[in-house]
Amino acid sequence: MGVGIEVTNLNAWYGTNHTLQDINLHIPANHATALIGPSGCGKSTFVRCLNRMHETNPIARVTGGVKVGDVDIYADAKPVEIRRRIGMVFQRPNPFPTMSIYDNVASGLKLNGYRNRRVLDEIVEKSLRNSALWDEVKDDLRKKSGASLSGGQQQRLCIARALAVDPEVLLMDEPASALDPVSTSKIEDLIFELKSQYTIVIVTHNMQQAARVAEKTGFFLNGRLVEFDSTHKIFTNPSDKRTEDYITGRFG
Amino acid sequence: MPLSGNPIRSKIRAATDNAVTGLAILATLLVIAPLLAIFGYLIYKGASSVNLDFFTKIPKPVGEEGGGMANAIVGSAVLLALGTIIGVPVGIGGGIYLAEFGRGTKLANAVRFTADVLNGVPSIVMGMAAYALLVGPQVSWLPFLGHFSAFAGGVALGIMMIPTVCRTTEEMLLMVPHAVREAALGLGVPNWRSVLSITVKTASPGIITGCMLAFARVAGETAPLIFTALGNEYWSLDLNQPIAALPLQIYKYALSPYDEWHRLAWAGALVLIVLIVLSVSLVRYVTSRGVLKGAS
Repeated sequence: MGVGIEVTNLNAWYGTNHTLQDINLHIPANHATALIGPSGCGKSTFVRCLNRMHETNPIARVTGGVKVGDVDIYADAKPVEIRRRIGMVFQRPNPFPTMSIYDNVASGLKLNGYRNRRVLDEIVEKSLRNSALWDEVKDDLRKKSGASLSGGQQQRLCIARALAVDPEVLLMDEPASALDPVSTSKIEDLIFELKSQYTIVIVTHNMQQAARVAEKTGFFLNGRLVEFDSTHKIFTNPSDKRTEDYITGRFG
Repeated sequence: MPLSGNPIRSKIRAATDNAVTGLAILATLLVIAPLLAIFGYLIYKGASSVNLDFFTKIPKPVGEEGGGMANAIVGSAVLLALGTIIGVPVGIGGGIYLAEFGRGTKLANAVRFTADVLNGVPSIVMGMAAYALLVGPQVSWLPFLGHFSAFAGGVALGIMMIPTVCRTTEEMLLMVPHAVREAALGLGVPNWRSVLSITVKTASPGIITGCMLAFARVAGETAPLIFTALGNEYWSLDLNQPIAALPLQIYKYALSPYDEWHRLAWAGALVLIVLIVLSVSLVRYVTSRGVLKGAS
């Protein structure tokens, strides 16, 4: 089951560049939350702070608190453990090119020392079914490389890989921006399905996508969270003038 | 006006295209030509002396007909095995450090610079250094020191392999896309595990190529062996004794005044090249069998 995320006074830097300033918000459990805003507004940095990927860049720095469920991820846990609980799907599909489809899905478990073949088989099938890819690849699981699939299939493979470690939260950083409309709609259907089991945070440039999949939407601008509310309210009656300008296409 | 509208321009474009393509083909031929010429000449000069005796007999004394280089072939294999055991792990380990763990540190920059310098050191100097370190010093309680030996030759070849293996490993690791590393970290895989199981594995075809280049390069080295392995006219597999090697044998026979030895030297050169090509192809075949459909 998913858990909620409580963010308090989050600040982030790349070198001297203050990319996130005083972010406070609550992301509800088992819902999809969309983050929108123009390029460079900090939304990607924000999701990368939620699983401590931000700090893998040597010049990056973070202050403030992020509570995932009951765990303050910056105080109580190691980054490696956090990333196992919080899965991530990236903008460009990034399957491991040397691994088969099966090994790609099982990689999170295998690389952490999990070996039980029968259980792995079950988890791989379940994860591929959950990411709506099973029927397309079930005959080539061990024969084909993850890199041999089409872009949309690769992205669903990456979702299956993230699901296989059984996370509580799924972070998606523009998961459909490199895909065609058919693949995009498959990913969106998937987000709809997955909400019941996971808390989903999705960064997107596509405002229709945010409106279609998310219950809550946050609007970022210049490193600040301008407005965070129900998706319906953001898109029909935003409280802030800047949000309205953005969603009506006056800038960005 | 659309570019394609002018027939003269269009002709010039087509001519330029043909000229550039022609130049590229010419350059390719120039690259292949020396290789084919050398190989053809070796076959012409050496093929007639390559027979069963060549692979099964040891050299005969001056004046006697026949004899072969069986001991030198085996000796070269021993020396190269020793060199590879020393050069490949150290080189790959160093390359991993340079690309993954030490990136940007002073130590890494110093190691990279040293490796580049080492790569440019003439092989004869490498042989003298190995002589000074391993053959010269008399240390009674260390069995391998103080005299010419297969061990000293293997170490000299191994040290020569290190810089090539190290730098190609580094280059290949740096070519692994950042997205692949991020994918591993995003799954909660510890960094060291991600480096060994994901990054190195993804780069492995290139790393293997680097190892093969280093192997092929030292397989033909003569100079470092003159001061270390010395050569041997008889069968020997003792690492503690001088050992025969194909390049040494070729060198000795080619400089001799006897026609029979000249023929054997040509045959030796031909066999050396064929064996290098065979071993490189074998490694390529074995390592490519596990590759999956569609893997880049």
